[in-house]
Amino acid sequence: MAALSTPLEFADGRVELAEPTLVDLAGSDVRALNSALHAVDVAEKAPTWRVVNPDGRHNIAVGLDADVDVVVDGHVGYYCAGMNKAATVTVNGNAGVGAAENMMSGTVRIRGNASQSAGATAHGGLLVVEGSAAARCGISMKGVDIVVGGDVGHMSAFMGQAGRLVVCGDAGDALGDSLYEARLYVAGSVKSLGADCVEKEVRAEHLAELAGLLTAAGIDADPSSFRRYGSARRLYNFHVDNASAY
Amino acid sequence: MTDNTAPAPDPALRESATFDRATIADIQRAAETGIYDIRGGGAKRKVPHFDDLLFLGASMSRYPLEGYRERCDTDVVLGNRNATYPLHLATPVTIAGMSFGALSGRAKEALGRGASEVGTSTTTGDGGMTPEERGQSKHLVYQYLPSRYGMNPDHLRMADAIEVVLGQGAKPGGGGMLLGQKITERVAGMRTLPMGVDQRSACRHPDWTGPDDLEIKIRELREITDWEKPIYVKIGATRTYYDVKLAAKAGADVIVLDGMQGGTAATQDVFIEHVGIPTLAALPQAVQALQEEELHRKVQLVVSGGIRNGADLAKCMALGADAVAIGTAALIALGDNAPHLDAEYRRLGSAAGYYDDWQAGRDPAGITTQDDELAQRLDPVQGGRRLANFIRVMTMEAQIIARACGKAHLHSLEPEDLVALTIEAAAMARVPLAGTSWIPGHGL
Ligand SMILES: Cc1cc2nc3c(=O)[nH]c(=O)nc-3n(C[C@H](O)[C@H](O)[C@H](O)COP(=O)(O)O)c2cc1C
Repeated sequence: MAALSTPLEFADGRVELAEPTLVDLAGSDVRALNSALHAVDVAEKAPTWRVVNPDGRHNIAVGLDADVDVVVDGHVGYYCAGMNKAATVTVNGNAGVGAAENMMSGTVRIRGNASQSAGATAHGGLLVVEGSAAARCGISMKGVDIVVGGDVGHMSAFMGQAGRLVVCGDAGDALGDSLYEARLYVAGSVKSLGADCVEKEVRAEHLAELAGLLTAAGIDADPSSFRRYGSARRLYNFHVDNASAY
Repeated sequence: MTDNTAPAPDPALRESATFDRATIADIQRAAETGIYDIRGGGAKRKVPHFDDLLFLGASMSRYPLEGYRERCDTDVVLGNRNATYPLHLATPVTIAGMSFGALSGRAKEALGRGASEVGTSTTTGDGGMTPEERGQSKHLVYQYLPSRYGMNPDHLRMADAIEVVLGQGAKPGGGGMLLGQKITERVAGMRTLPMGVDQRSACRHPDWTGPDDLEIKIRELREITDWEKPIYVKIGATRTYYDVKLAAKAGADVIVLDGMQGGTAATQDVFIEHVGIPTLAALPQAVQALQEEELHRKVQLVVSGGIRNGADLAKCMALGADAVAIGTAALIALGDNAPHLDAEYRRLGSAAGYYDDWQAGRDPAGITTQDDELAQRLDPVQGGRRLANFIRVMTMEAQIIARACGKAHLHSLEPEDLVALTIEAAAMARVPLAGTSWIPGHGL
């Protein structure tokens, strides 16, 4: 692994950021990378990172909790940027299962496609998948914002508790099954809605919310082309007449 | 509730073994309400258990240790396979994971105080970590559950160990449940849910499925916490032999095995009573699986589900466990089902010694509740002391047995020290029926 690069401070107070710290995973391992990214002073000493030759390795850049910027050139395996806090992680490639799972804050951007359970249980921050996301995108989401440029697979936003899921393409079967309070926006078709998920009126505040999310994600789409889905809240307290829906 | 003033039924009346009064009452209740029964506690039916085993104390052929003077150590190290900081506990009696939400904040604090006083660990539960328990727990295990309610990487980093929960003995294959009346503002906030809704917890983890995925998940948890903390995997007892092998191969440092008698805060009665296998039947399977992988004592085994006293502890150790976990017994030590609350239990349609409505939130003992007024009834300092007393007694009882068997450490107890009282227990525990050399199913 390349040595940590430090910003150059000049006598006149000018600070110039050094080159990003380069990590070649062909010659280093994920454990050393994560450990370096967890260094307490990483945000001051090495705020930018470039990771090359990820070759689908799992658990790249997990558990970050500082304001660092990490770019990964290539495809990543499971749980890339898992539990991210504060950091910005960009993957110039596709991501395996559970990208940005349980993210708390910060931004994760997958330039390609994401496999299952992208953004699962995430509490905050912004996850952008520029391509499509597979099944269970945003499963049990707890406050994260997820913007998907393409389609999402079945059971997306299953049990979604809070946060917003924006799908610019189509959604698969059982969208928003057993949904709590997460808000879902889909521009394309929805194959089917899950239990207790219903279409809801798009009002001005929703258009504004969508516009903000699309801008934050850097995705060019017309907010008025989206439909909104949310919880009918019929399963919030057990009722015997709904037993078959559980 | 039975009416004590009613005259005894005519002795000629004969109760059906198949349709006994409890069964009749169940059918009547279902017909009236249209909903299955949800309750707390574990399986109530009688199943083969540790009471069906006996120790062979030393006499001519074995040499005992002197009761009060010769050492019999009780400490245990959990999670030294991969972690930089394994847990070193003074007693092998640990406190099982019970959620804040199911229990009051003060009850969680009391568990932490009691456990810390005797140098053992306590465990969070579905719903996350509270400052009360982190503050009072010297060794705190953080549960990682399918629901991920309150799951926070900062809490992972603050924990002393991480427990990936695949299931519980009371409901293997089932998710969690916390009824709306216990979802107060604080509980709802911690779980990111609206107040007063029935909280359903998923039964499957949202971002992995089989053992190959679990291996990667365990790696992720290690990476996030820089390989510092032991990673446990908790399973409900069913296909234990295979599940333990797969969990150990996936990289678990510690396996927590919970048998069908294991308590729960809220589960359908049909699930509690009819799914899973007894703790006694599961434990030898787990030990065999670890032995075959040459991981016995390297991956530690923590056993729970109906552990009540030092004899149960000693029997678990003899069968190959490294430690036990207690849930129900810990709540009883805090004051659950106390006789002085009998009148209040009766007002709720129960009685002291029977109370199991831990799901309802109206616990007169102030333990399984989120009602501030009820929760105030439990003094966490006094509760902690009672729990510490109880764990000390359990530990001393196990030492008494171990010394009688000539063992200078609880871990030196072995299956050879045990016999079974019933054929069933002999077959399950794989020890001979008392007075014979017969282990059913062996040597055929
Ligand atoms: C009130 C209560 C709440 C529980 N909550 C959880 C939980 O959140 N997560 C979990 O894995 N197990 C939970 N359990 C199960 C215990 O961790 C443990 O497996 C069980 O209590 C052991 O059996 P015992 O009660 O016979 O000692 C709970 C049990 C009780 C009694």
